[in-house]
Amino acid sequence: MTAVATVSHAPAGTVAATANVVLDARDIVKDLGEGAGKVRALKGVSLTLNAGELTLLMGPSGSGKTTLLSILGCILTPTSGTLSVAGKPTAGLGPEALADLRRNHVGFIFQSYNLFPTLTAEENVRLALDVRGSRGSDAVVAAQRVLQKVGLRHKLKSYPSNLSGGEQQRVAVARSLVGSPSVILADEPTAALDSENGEAVMSLLSQIAKDRSRAVLAVTHDPRTVPYADRILRIEDGLIVGEERRAEGVETVHELARTRKRKANA
Amino acid sequence: MTLTLAFRNLFHDRVRLAVTLIGILFSIVLLAVQLGLYLGARGMIISMIDRADGDLWVMAYGTKNFEEAQPIRARERYVALSTPDVMSATPIVTAFTDWRKPTGGSTLVVVIGADTEEGGIAPWNVVEGDVSGLGARDAVMIDKTYLEELGVNGVGDTAQVGSARVRVSGLTEGIRSFTVTPFVFTTLNRARQLVDMPADNITYVLVKVRPGADVEKVRGAIRAQLPGDNEILTRAEFRDRSLNHWLFATGAGVALLGGAILGLIVGTVIVAQTLYSSTKDHLAEFATLRALGSSKGYINKVILMQAGLSALIGYGLGMTIALTIVYMSEQTALPIVMSPGLAALLLLLTFAMCAVSALSAIGKVVRIDPVMVFNR
Repeated sequence: MTAVATVSHAPAGTVAATANVVLDARDIVKDLGEGAGKVRALKGVSLTLNAGELTLLMGPSGSGKTTLLSILGCILTPTSGTLSVAGKPTAGLGPEALADLRRNHVGFIFQSYNLFPTLTAEENVRLALDVRGSRGSDAVVAAQRVLQKVGLRHKLKSYPSNLSGGEQQRVAVARSLVGSPSVILADEPTAALDSENGEAVMSLLSQIAKDRSRAVLAVTHDPRTVPYADRILRIEDGLIVGEERRAEGVETVHELARTRKRKANA
Repeated sequence: MTLTLAFRNLFHDRVRLAVTLIGILFSIVLLAVQLGLYLGARGMIISMIDRADGDLWVMAYGTKNFEEAQPIRARERYVALSTPDVMSATPIVTAFTDWRKPTGGSTLVVVIGADTEEGGIAPWNVVEGDVSGLGARDAVMIDKTYLEELGVNGVGDTAQVGSARVRVSGLTEGIRSFTVTPFVFTTLNRARQLVDMPADNITYVLVKVRPGADVEKVRGAIRAQLPGDNEILTRAEFRDRSLNHWLFATGAGVALLGGAILGLIVGTVIVAQTLYSSTKDHLAEFATLRALGSSKGYINKVILMQAGLSALIGYGLGMTIALTIVYMSEQTALPIVMSPGLAALLLLLTFAMCAVSALSAIGKVVRIDPVMVFNR
């Protein structure tokens, strides 16, 4: 925890909005199960995600991280509360309209990569464009460009089974990125990776978050990811219990590396 | 990408693909054989009626099919001939009788007697000899298919029919009877002699109406002059009556169509089963697609394409086997017919079967919860 400084502790359950908000969730409540087995997984969470920031959502198992991620990604609908993604409110939208919102504004990265084993790296990335109706040579070029960006230009034709865990996660990052979404939501992106690959993926996410039109939220309980964060949200028992923001002037690991490189080149 | 994904999903599990293809193949072969037999039977039942050069058939009341007809008076021919707009009225004799093989033993045959110079029914697809040769003493023509059954080797061989001697003067190819009873063509008088029919009896009068005349009007005019124990059918009516009798009243057609339906059901069940389990195996991937924002229609398209690809490959393999069976049946007494129309129908049925099979898989995917992407 070298580069992130605690600057504030917001009131429980609430995280204040700042400029360039791409996702805004207010008083999100989610009940899971029915009858006697009903559990309130989220108890009134409010948060905003800002473009240009990598936010970590950290908390113990069962704290509601994945449920919150599912709601922010328009996969689950909240029991109550409001959510807007890229300025579009989700209230009252049906499954197909929510799928449309995900397609156009949300990118996902999963813990187990969720790549299609029968498709090559390039095809896996292209699939995300295909569901958006983007096909042909433009889609191929876009997929190749984004794979190049994640350092996998030489693995375009490789199937997931021939890629290492880190490479598979980078393909998943490329897939989430190729449609230029406003929000990228990552579920435990480093959990299945060794430290070297985990750092490479976090470095990539940090780099992606520098895009001023995009926010990245990663659910994690991996402490190795902390140095890459611009902001950390702590969740416990279905409530946001704290926010830590990188202090002004303090560089993330990614920025430190870039600065060092620049200085070395100079 | 939907096609690529469908193709890869299909070929990812070769064992399941093999089971799917066997299901489709079994279904297509069964359908082809049953429907081909049905078509073949249909062709055999109506071949004489279709080949006969006439518009109206005068016959004994209640005649059910071409082969099994009661005699009528020969003078009915003249009644027909005296009717306005009748161009010709040809007497025909048909009856079952025994063919005694030169090698010993006997078999049932259908004798068809008509004087070919008057039109009516003449043998076709003649491969040896000539129709005009029927005018020679004792001459008959038979089909090559039945040589062995009739105990003869070819033209020139003799046998005994009823109490008379016959000599094979020519051979035809492909004139087969639905009852598997060989047809024996000869002249009108010789036919009467072979089946012991009195000289003033015949079986049918085949009436040809003058071109442009109203067939119904001519029928009415003939009917008005004939006694009530006769009836007059148009070619289409006689064809329908014969088909109804052999295919539906006897149950033969129902059995053939029932077999075809069974093939369709078994194929559908097998394909549905394998497609469903394939979809179940790929459920997490479909959930990922859904999480990526794909519409339900996109996922359904992948499943339907999987079904369509299975149908195409299965159809190709099934038709290869079916055509081999069709080829092998060509020279048998009950040939299986494969027409372009039947081939197209089979393709359509295969696609329909696979599309119906895909419904259970689609039903599974429709209920998919994309949240499962986080639980893998």
